[in-house]
Order: sequence, then C-alpha cells, then structure tokens
Amino acid sequence: MFPTPVEKLSPAARTGYQVALPFVMVLWLLPLIAVMMISVRSANDFTIGNYWGWPTEWNLIENYSLVFTGSSMPQYLLNSVFITVPTVIGVLVLSCMTGFALGIYKFRFNMVIFFMFIAGNFVPFQILMVPVRDLTLDMGIYDTKLGLVLFHIAFQTGFCTLFMRNFIKALPRELIEAARVEGVSELRIFWYVVLPLMRPAIAALAVLIFTFIWNDYFWAIVLTQGAESQPVTAGITSFNAQYRAAYHLMSAGSVVAALPPVLMFFLMQKHFIAGLTLGAVK
Amino acid sequence: MTSSKSNRSYWKRNQIAITPWLFLLPAMIMFALYVVWPIVQSFNLSLYRWDGLGEARYIGMQNYEELWYDDAFYTSLWNNVLWLVLYLLAIPAGLLIAIFLNQNVRGIRIYKSLFFFPFVISQVVVGLVFTWFYDPSFGLLNIVLGWVGLGPIAVLANNEIATYGIIAAGLWPQTAYCMILYLTGLNAVDPEQIEAARLDGAKGGKMLWYVILPQLRPATFIAFVVTVIGALRSFDLVSIMTDGGPFGSTRVLAFYMFEVALSEYGFRMGYGAAIAVVLFLIMLIYISYFLIKMYRDERGV
Repeated sequence: MFPTPVEKLSPAARTGYQVALPFVMVLWLLPLIAVMMISVRSANDFTIGNYWGWPTEWNLIENYSLVFTGSSMPQYLLNSVFITVPTVIGVLVLSCMTGFALGIYKFRFNMVIFFMFIAGNFVPFQILMVPVRDLTLDMGIYDTKLGLVLFHIAFQTGFCTLFMRNFIKALPRELIEAARVEGVSELRIFWYVVLPLMRPAIAALAVLIFTFIWNDYFWAIVLTQGAESQPVTAGITSFNAQYRAAYHLMSAGSVVAALPPVLMFFLMQKHFIAGLTLGAVK
Repeated sequence: MTSSKSNRSYWKRNQIAITPWLFLLPAMIMFALYVVWPIVQSFNLSLYRWDGLGEARYIGMQNYEELWYDDAFYTSLWNNVLWLVLYLLAIPAGLLIAIFLNQNVRGIRIYKSLFFFPFVISQVVVGLVFTWFYDPSFGLLNIVLGWVGLGPIAVLANNEIATYGIIAAGLWPQTAYCMILYLTGLNAVDPEQIEAARLDGAKGGKMLWYVILPQLRPATFIAFVVTVIGALRSFDLVSIMTDGGPFGSTRVLAFYMFEVALSEYGFRMGYGAAIAVVLFLIMLIYISYFLIKMYRDERGV
C-alpha cells in the first residue's frame, strides 16, 4: 500500500493524521458548508450584516418550505425527473444493443462505427447547438421535455456504447459459443445470456447518466424556455431572479437543486465509482 | 406459408451477419440525426449569414475573416488556453488528495465520499456557491483575507482576475474527479512491487515517481483526457458566475459562441457556427490523440 499505512507509523503521526482528516475536509468543503449555513438564516441577519455570527433566528424549515411553496421550484424538479428518467432508460436500451453488436460480432465496419461513437461523444457540443436547435424547432418539439430527452439519448449513447462494448468484450466468449452450438438464436443469446451478465454495467451507467443529465445546463437553456419544461438547473436562475439578493433563500434553492444527484451518489456509491473509474485500472 | 418458411431459413442462415446491424440501427439513426449530421451542418452554416429565421445568405469565408479581426474572439481563445493549462492542475491536486486519503483508518470511506462530493453537484450550483464565496461584502474568502489584513477583493468584478476565479471554481469538482480516479488506481497498485522497492530503500518522492506513478498511468491518461475536454467545454461556470463579464473578459469560445448565436446580441447563427468550428478543430487534436491510443490498445489485445 502506498503511502505507508498510518498504523505502521508512530502514535503521534497516527493522531496527527486523525486530527488532520476532518480539518482538511472542512477546508475542502468550505464553500459548500458556507452555503448550507446561509440557507438557515433569516432576512434579518442580512439587513443587520450578521453574515457569519450566530444566527438571530433559525429559519431552516421556513426557508426550505418557501422554496417549495413560493416558486415554480417543484415544477422544475418534476421536469428534471421527467427529463432524466426517460433519458436514462433510453440510453441504456440503445447502448446495451450497440454494446452487444460491437462487442460480440466481428464484421467489417465494427471498428469504424465504434470509433464514430467515441469521437462523437468528445465533440465540443457547441458545434451541435445551432443545427440541433433547428432540428428540434422543425420537429415541433422545441421547449418540450421530449426535445431534450431525444437529444440527450442520442448524445449520451456515444459514451455508453464505449462503456458497454468494453464490458461485453470482457465477458467470457465461451458462453456465447456454447449457446450457438446449442442452436440458441442470436436474439435469445442477447436476452438470456448477455443481458443478465450486464447488470453491474447497467447499474453503473444508470447512476452516472442520471447525474450527467440532471446536472445539464447548456442544453436546457438551448432547447427549452419556460417553467413548463425547463429542468431545475435552468430553473434555479429564474428562482434567483425572483428572490434577488435574498441570499438565504437562494442558498436553500441551490441546496435543493443539488440534492437529488447527491442522494443518488450516496445510495449507489459503489456503482457510481465503478462507472467513473472504468479504465483507470488495467 | 412457403415464403415465411424461406424467410425463416434465410434468417437462420444469416442471423450472425444481420443481428449486429439490427442492434446498431436505432442508435445509429439517432446518432446520425443528432450528432453527425449537425457537425456537417455547422461547417456548412459557418459559410452563411443567417439570423435563424429569414433566408440564409452564402458569404464564403467572410465569417472567418471577421473572426480574424475580432478582439472578443482572441480574448475567448486566450481564456480557453488559460483554462486548459490551469485545469490540468486538477491532476496533481487530485493525486495529492488521493495519497492523503489512501489509508485504512476508521470512517475513511465517509471521508472519501465527502471529498468526492463537489463532482456530483451540478456546475450551476458550484458556480453559485463560488460566486457567494467570492462576494466582497459577505463572502467567506474576503472574511478570511481580512483576518490576515488583506482584501477585500471583488474577484469576479475585476477583469484581471475574474477568469482565474472561475477556473478555481472549476478546479474544485475536477480535482475531486481526478482524486477518485487515483484512489481506484492506488488500490490496484501491486503491493509486492512496493515492498520490493521499500527493501531497496525507496520511499517518499522517489517511490512515488519511480514505482507508483508508472503503475498509475492508465488513471493519469483518463484524468488527462477528461480534464482537457472539460476545459474546452467550460460554459456553465462562465455563464452563471460572470455571464462573460466584466467587459467580456471571462468569455471562452463555448460561451462566446452561444452569446453570438442565441443571446440578445443578435442571432448570428453563421458567425456562431464559425466559432464552433474553430473549437471543434482544436478539440479534434485531442480526439485523434485519444482514438490513436485506443486503437493501439485494441490491436495490442
């Protein structure tokens, strides 16, 4: 193990490490902790300039319930859900299929198609902006959740194909050969042999894509406009415009907007990290 | 009846050849429609003058000529270079934190998760959090600076340093990401090699440089690729924290392109497309690098 485990060092070093840990962590998360602290204050604190002292009132419940009752925040959150969940499902369906096709079969354009998906995923998405916005307008789904979902599915398929294909390629080939010898059709091989083995990859991608899409801001402001269809990342800016200079409310709003992916991360941590660090170890 | 029978046998004979195309088709249509074709269209559009509504007019290379003399374009380009170079600091910073956290004490898992936290939060919220952190009247940064007799400085209102302030905000989640890559990498480092090196008297910096880092190469590669792409894509933070200001000093190409094409400064789709093409060409260098590396690995397998 590198560095040397602290258990093997002197007791003083060990204690030093134990003390340093929380200290460094607080320093690391300071900007975030600050926002959480602000989000429980009252407007009164800001008028008297008591920004960091002991709050004159604790307004935890008031502030956070106002986020849900005094603005379109619930609508935005709901929109985010209705954009993120269908995208995740769509991407998983498509990329399981492409991963299977590219990971199992040898055919002429295999490599070309695979590289096309990877390259497409790395494209600076600004180059897609004007044409995709146009396409969405032409299809009559500008400013709808569907418009965002379709684009996200198409774009994320690139990354997910890379992921799925590599995962499937690492599966033991004998399984498939054996099934073929038994006369199992290719479609059944996909459904009954390969798909069950892909569960960990599906879980990893699901949490990862959930976070990516939930946090998307650029496409949200390019393809949607109002509270009808905008996700919470775009909604938070309208929220902040509504409560301009009410920092305690803006902070509470931000915490709410940031929360779902954070919860997702803590619940599915293992899968999340497995997905992110794919390829980090040989 | 007979035709269905012959169909089935045709399928039976050729299913191994047909199945992959069947499985690829939906994704390829989506990808062609939303990714490949728009890239072609952008290249084409960059040769036109178009407000997004009326008739597009072919103007040849005029958009690119205009770019050549556009100060805002150079500011954006320069800022992208700054982003690129400074963003790479996330890699050593992430390695440092990973080394710090790679221990087996009680509760270390929670600490690792908490350190990773910033990456999970949306960039919009990261932007807001740092905007308030920098705020000259109540931001924590200036309070801390005040303790040591400095400040206050309005980071985001000063066109000399605003971009650095935004990049610092961007480094926060990016470092967290590199950290998790390295933590996974450190976990997989061969313990026998470390022991052997220890017996040979290697430790600290030497051990890290000669024994550990070579084994972390895959993690470093991914960290590098993702960080570069992140730097070139930077948009959210600029948009949230300064909206390109003060005086356009924090624009990056991605943001400037959006501003030109879709904001109140006018709907200049062709000019925006030209900026996007330049950004794309820069990125192409990295995409090629990545693809060549992947291609070599594939052939090695």
